[in-house]
Amino acid sequence: MRILVAVKRVPMTGGTIVLTPDARAIATQHLGFTISPHEECAVEEAVRLVEREGGESVVLTLGPPEAEEQLRDAMAVGIDRAIHLVTDEEEWDGQATAGAIVEAVRAEEASSGPFDLLLFGNESADAGGYQVGVRVAHALGLPCVTGLKGIEVRGRLVRCEQEVPGGRDVFEVPLPALLTVKEGLNLPRYPSVPGRMRARQRPIARHEPQRPPARLEKLRFVVPEGERKEAEILGRGPEAAPKVVELLDQLGLLR
Amino acid sequence: MSVLVLCERRSDGIDEPSLQALAFARALYPGTSVHALACGVAADEVAPLLGAYGVETLHVAEHEVFDTYAPHAVARAAVELAGRLRLHALLAGGSEQGNEVVARVGALLDLPFAANCVAAEAGPPLRVTRVRWGGSLLEEALLHAELALLTVAPHAVAAQETNDGPAAVERFAPALDDADLLVRVRERARAAGGGVTLADAKVVVSAGRGAGSAEGFAPVEELAALLGGAVGCSRAVTMAGWRPHTDQVGQTGTKIAPELYIACGISGATQHMAGCKGAKRILAINTDPDAPILESADYAVIGDLHDVVPAIAAAIRAARNEKAGAE
Repeated sequence: MRILVAVKRVPMTGGTIVLTPDARAIATQHLGFTISPHEECAVEEAVRLVEREGGESVVLTLGPPEAEEQLRDAMAVGIDRAIHLVTDEEEWDGQATAGAIVEAVRAEEASSGPFDLLLFGNESADAGGYQVGVRVAHALGLPCVTGLKGIEVRGRLVRCEQEVPGGRDVFEVPLPALLTVKEGLNLPRYPSVPGRMRARQRPIARHEPQRPPARLEKLRFVVPEGERKEAEILGRGPEAAPKVVELLDQLGLLR
Repeated sequence: MSVLVLCERRSDGIDEPSLQALAFARALYPGTSVHALACGVAADEVAPLLGAYGVETLHVAEHEVFDTYAPHAVARAAVELAGRLRLHALLAGGSEQGNEVVARVGALLDLPFAANCVAAEAGPPLRVTRVRWGGSLLEEALLHAELALLTVAPHAVAAQETNDGPAAVERFAPALDDADLLVRVRERARAAGGGVTLADAKVVVSAGRGAGSAEGFAPVEELAALLGGAVGCSRAVTMAGWRPHTDQVGQTGTKIAPELYIACGISGATQHMAGCKGAKRILAINTDPDAPILESADYAVIGDLHDVVPAIAAAIRAARNEKAGAE
């Protein structure tokens, strides 16, 4: 089977978020970057499916030139090749992102044949727009199931599991389909050293799509004023235990 | 002009995020008539409830597909209804379902969609404040559209009763084709009951990288059991394969709301804190007095969880024995 997996480069923010002086971005000069968590699982799932069923996996991202790092990361764990929709540093809204991905998928399918499965993250860790996969599916006329923690391909059908309070909801749709997934779908593997070496040789096709005017237009970011607390230090080491028990008793949690 | 709020049903009526979206819509467009769409509900039961939350007209979409959850069909019904009403905005609660359905409406109508808004000012263009990074960052943005599509972040506003009478009911059968019916729940697998769930636990005891290994969770499990609580963990722990993802607290894990959250050996990255904002009190146990989690914690013990947690467990047992002896 042929699988496309779409990923997004996001910063690893750590303990506090610091903004650039114009408040239009996160200051990232001291931060590392990663594939957004849900999509790390999408990459792993694509690799496992191709290992089992044969075929080819392609990773796609829309992002700045530096996002090549995340494409190489995906290829280091077994994705065959990559498509990079290269942008400037400006962030694209969900509609514009989906539009560019749709064009790229159509071009790719025209040259290399149709995909059986397209995997997206349910929402990105940073923007949290909840929409790119859904929009791409609609434009391509594909059925779309979202927020999945279980995927099982059975011939030309795919059984999909969503986690809901108290259990799981099961959907079943025919291939080709677009699925959006969540972390917990699987446990992504770490790249091996030979994997990293191989990833350097694998091809990346680059395109530079034109950014349309944003219809969800970002003005600025604000770091919410969290209630910054002064934690009451109950003690150091095991000697603090009686103070903790006192606290538990006060809270009515000892009964 | 009016507003339309998509209301998600629950076994005992309408879910809380939808009721919050109704309050948000009424505050955004005061005096505007409020319509609600609910799919596959018993109108007689829901109309009084929604009326009490300020809904003038409840539109009930009827089709056998709505016997179960069918997000694309719901979006189709919403688009059909939106075509008949003159709307400023279409809203839903910022639940998984609300975000999914409004995204589908956005795709069908080729309109922008702002997910998880905490505030908005009427336009045009509508000015919204929405959450990013699971609530660690806010974005102010303009929504350039004739019809604004948005969801309301959970707990951004409280549901608000107006004590109005029952909503007027209008039933309709939306035009749905085979493709619209494809995406629907075929089967509900329910987990065996019993045990305290992470989302509902009154006490959650979590550990992070500081646990050191899967075996390092033994004292954490012991303390959680003593307090009748649930065990949690950070993302570093699930990525290392020490605990299942179902134990993960955070932006991409479970959101918890216990009376007390005991976070052991957890530094307090923003993604983790996004999952425990609902905790009433936080006790951090950490070797590092400068760990970011101490800025969000109410209480702290400075020390290694492997020394501190067993000592707490022992002290709880001693205190209980003493009480039992006194009685």
